[in-house]
Amino acid sequence: MRIPLSWLREFAQVPADATAEDVMADLVKVGFEEEEVHRPTDELTGPVVVGQVLSLVKEPQTNGKTINWCQVRVVPEGQEQKLTGEGIDPSGVQGIICGAHNFVEGDKVVVTLPGAVLPGNFRISARKTYGHLSAGMIASVRELGIGDDHDGILVLSRIGLDPEIGTDAMELLGLYDQAAEINVTPDRGYAFSIRGVAREYAHATGTSFVDPASKVNAPATLQGGYGVKLNDDAPIYGKPGCDRFVARTVRGVDASRPTPPWMTARLRLAGVRSISLPVDISNYVMLELGQPNHCYDLDKLAGDIVVRRAVAGEKITTLDDKERTLDVEDLLITDDSGAIGIAGVMGGAHTEVSDSTTNILVEAAHFDEVSIARSRRRHKLPSEASKRFERGVDWHVANIAAQRVVDLLVELAGGTADEAGTDVGTAPDAVVIDLPAEFAAARIGIDFTEEQITTSLEDLGAVVEKTAAGYRVTAPSWRNDLETKEDLSEEIARLVGYDNIPSTLPVAPPGRGLSRSQQQKRRVVQALADAGLTEVLSYPFVSKAANDTFGVAAEGAARPALKLANPISEEQGFLRTSMLPGLIEVARCNHSRGFRDLALYEVGSVFLPGEKLGTDSIPPLGVKPSDEVLDALYDGVPHQPLHIGAVLTGHDSPAAATHAPRAWDWADALDVARLMADVLGVELVVSQGSHQAFHPGRAAQLALRNGDVVGYAGELHPKLLAAHDMPARSVAVEVNVEALFDAAPDVIVAKHISGFPVATQDVALVVPEDVPADQVLSALREGAGELLEDVALFDVYAGPGIEEGKKSLAFGLRFRADDRTLTADEASEARAAAVAVAAERFGAVQR
Amino acid sequence: MTDTLPGAAIPNPLDEAAITAAVEDAIAAIAAASSLEELKAVRLAHTGEKSPLSLANREIGGLAKEHKAAAGKLMGSSRGRVNQALAARTQVLEAENDARILVEETVDVTAAPRRRRAGARHPLSTLQDRVSDIFVGMGWEIAEGPEVESEWFNFDALNFKPDHPAREMQDTFFVEPPEAHLLMRTHTSPVQVRSMLEREVPIYVLCPGKVFRTDELDATHTPVFHQFEGLAIDKDLSMADLRGTLEHFARQMFGDEASIRLRPNYFPFTEPSAELDIWHPGAKGGPRWIEWGGCGMVNPNVLRAAGIDPDIYSGFAFGMGIERTLMFRNEVGDMRDMIEGDVRFSEHFGMEI
Repeated sequence: MRIPLSWLREFAQVPADATAEDVMADLVKVGFEEEEVHRPTDELTGPVVVGQVLSLVKEPQTNGKTINWCQVRVVPEGQEQKLTGEGIDPSGVQGIICGAHNFVEGDKVVVTLPGAVLPGNFRISARKTYGHLSAGMIASVRELGIGDDHDGILVLSRIGLDPEIGTDAMELLGLYDQAAEINVTPDRGYAFSIRGVAREYAHATGTSFVDPASKVNAPATLQGGYGVKLNDDAPIYGKPGCDRFVARTVRGVDASRPTPPWMTARLRLAGVRSISLPVDISNYVMLELGQPNHCYDLDKLAGDIVVRRAVAGEKITTLDDKERTLDVEDLLITDDSGAIGIAGVMGGAHTEVSDSTTNILVEAAHFDEVSIARSRRRHKLPSEASKRFERGVDWHVANIAAQRVVDLLVELAGGTADEAGTDVGTAPDAVVIDLPAEFAAARIGIDFTEEQITTSLEDLGAVVEKTAAGYRVTAPSWRNDLETKEDLSEEIARLVGYDNIPSTLPVAPPGRGLSRSQQQKRRVVQALADAGLTEVLSYPFVSKAANDTFGVAAEGAARPALKLANPISEEQGFLRTSMLPGLIEVARCNHSRGFRDLALYEVGSVFLPGEKLGTDSIPPLGVKPSDEVLDALYDGVPHQPLHIGAVLTGHDSPAAATHAPRAWDWADALDVARLMADVLGVELVVSQGSHQAFHPGRAAQLALRNGDVVGYAGELHPKLLAAHDMPARSVAVEVNVEALFDAAPDVIVAKHISGFPVATQDVALVVPEDVPADQVLSALREGAGELLEDVALFDVYAGPGIEEGKKSLAFGLRFRADDRTLTADEASEARAAAVAVAAERFGAVQR
Repeated sequence: MTDTLPGAAIPNPLDEAAITAAVEDAIAAIAAASSLEELKAVRLAHTGEKSPLSLANREIGGLAKEHKAAAGKLMGSSRGRVNQALAARTQVLEAENDARILVEETVDVTAAPRRRRAGARHPLSTLQDRVSDIFVGMGWEIAEGPEVESEWFNFDALNFKPDHPAREMQDTFFVEPPEAHLLMRTHTSPVQVRSMLEREVPIYVLCPGKVFRTDELDATHTPVFHQFEGLAIDKDLSMADLRGTLEHFARQMFGDEASIRLRPNYFPFTEPSAELDIWHPGAKGGPRWIEWGGCGMVNPNVLRAAGIDPDIYSGFAFGMGIERTLMFRNEVGDMRDMIEGDVRFSEHFGMEI
């Protein structure tokens, strides 16, 4: 909401020298955030004066254009030019070249004299042009920054002005005024008006305030006016769409008269464009009193006005000349011809006032917030009217606003008001709230005095009655946001001042610290950074193709993914089912900036919808839903496990004088996976994997001991790397860490540490080359029995000496007993047992 | 015995002068050896099997019985002297050698390669941990919830009326199909609702996490950002408790001189509501008030939605943006730096914040 200061001053005690900044600083104290200052003089400085064109000589030019060489009087005849400076003619008559042709000798115009600065930092000076010294400019509204019209210069008689020559034109055009723009929170519809803001300014500064509504002399009742019927047969939530309709008629208006500059100036500062006198008056009254209203061309109305819901398929052409198909929930203003307006949102084109309109019907009605909000949203028609109605308008101000419009039409457009008028509808009950005596003090923490409470509430416009238990408060009709004792507490605190709230520190009961999974997450995230990886963040929005490639192991297999209804970009319209697309994008971004050696990881949720998706309906607010309803809500929320992905590209370290860095390879990806499992104490079962995003021969499937697959690690598929412009041999890993958290042991049982010497034995086994080393190792472990302390693969060999299609795996076995020193025979026996199992399972032959 | 040193006669083990001369020869040679290699040659020449002393020693066996003892004594002490000199010289040369090797092994430590990669946390994640730790230290617990959420938890339970403008102002990402009433949470407040439903009163929880709004990415906006919200539900909590909690937290984050300011505002889920400004003593360009977040007393409708009786309990809630906090606390000028994933951003912070 933009507040022109001159307007605010009419009703509130704003110091004469206060700036828009000062006003905003006061209003922020009562809860209106400052947005912007609108001050024409920030862009426009004088001298800018009224001049009269004494003579105008048309001089055709060689380029085909004709220019006017004008003599313009800028000081009344017989008076001295008091201005001095380069280009100011002491005679009071300036010679000016002007290219526009919409004026004649004798017209009074706005002259920007040498020394003036126009919007866009355009400095006016005397300059030679077309063979003359042009000392100033005859200005258009666009050049002055007060309108878009640049077809010609501003002729003052055409806006109804005949000022004295030499008058300060900035004063005349209201350009010394300024506006404070504040943000109005959505609960406070009343503050979308000078009326509301003036009251708040008074609250903020402790000064007095005049209600603009009180300055309008409106009749208490209206009768015999235009026929209006309220026929809402489908109220929303049982509330009638229209509960008041005031109609007034004014005849014999001259709608073509110009809007007075003081009004256009205020409208302009308030951000409203001048359209025509009746429309400007309508807008002016809306801004002043907060009541949206509408002017109809009375002669275009056919029969009684009926306010009703639309019928299926009904259409209307709105003021913006668009045909709109209406919904049965839309509330309409209709006459015998059909819809003439979408109530509270936008009027119809057919009954619109025009320059030739002579008789006007003024509507000031009160509509249901929800009904208006839905129509506005349905037709995507945000308007100044709907903005106010959605947030709530004072029911009681409708007839006052209608009267104000009528008064201005009479005063400015020369009309005559009909005595008769229409006012139908039923006033809502006033909202009465019981405020227990100590409630506000307890809730706010300030010991409010009785006087603070009553004065604050009365200042708001509430009626306060003392009761045995506290206060009975009747909320003012314009404050539809006041419904509860909590609302009143806020008002009291706000008016007394939030700065007076003391500070106490409540003591929470003994907490349990971070939960186990929170600790586990921290440990893993930190371990990866400690291991040299860099944590990055990416958006969870991905393409369908990315999900289909990275989110599911088998090519062509479908895994459902969540689609956004309104994504930022249609291409990235899905929620990720894998961390890798985001990481690859981040890697690519870093590559493009010259960083090729990367080790990136990201922690985040992936979104894995199951069969159940959401709920068909949602329960109402303010009530705890039943357990069944709550369970349905919980169950409808898709599974979103925490994943960690990592992508390694290039080398493990920077090259240096004495150091050749190592290229990351598939085993590094496995190491990252193992690191995550190790810090959690979880055993990861690695097996040869198959995932379409990975190299078919260099992918590991990662599983828990119980067989649950928790991720993949390995070299990314070469084709995929090429397609994503990634370095060859880049590797990646993705793990469902939540599954690791769950698999982590609760209690680790200690193991006996034997002090007896170790007996080591090596064995080389020849097996078919497709047998995974890990499985041979498991077989050895199983076969070796209790004496085996550890077994590790230390060499893989294929080539001369080994049969084609086979490979040799060399393992080191460490044996130790708990209770004795092992003999060489015992160790050899255990080794033989181990080899026997490997031989049985894989045909392993000792080399 | 033909295999003797050329030109050297085998000395007689009874010839004390000849033996002494051989010993002197040996000692002089030992002293003259300037390296362990030279010393080895000297040792072979003077104590080896074919050295004069060894040969002379071997002669003892052929001597008459009565001469054997004298010869043995002479030879023993002579060879002893030589061995002693050898040992002493060996020690000196070994020490010299060791010292030389160490000198030779000198490297230019300033040219050391960096073989170990320095990893880094993302500062938004580090800051989130730090904020959490402050509240855990106060006895609060950390609560988490899903990012795709039921509309009820995100709006209705928080007293957003279905057709109220406040609901639209949240610029929500909805999930298809709209009839399923799923959305990407626009704030971490649904976690507060879940906490109230799942925990016993009194409740003191902090809910950090990712939130989503349909803003295009620019220097100050991002469609995905992070918040932390606090919620306290207990008997007799007031706005003074809210202020005290926020002040305590602000001082932990920004030092003892930090303070906060509350300004009236509106949120559907709190009444009264306030905008929270922080006095940032270390702000770039000098101390000043900075808009930090929103807060207020939990609206009774929110308590009711979670089955908590507002006549018995009251509560306060607050919420701040982590990106915003990082921006003014650590002087990050552009939102895009935080989310583009440029490794230089995280690596600059390392593990710290």
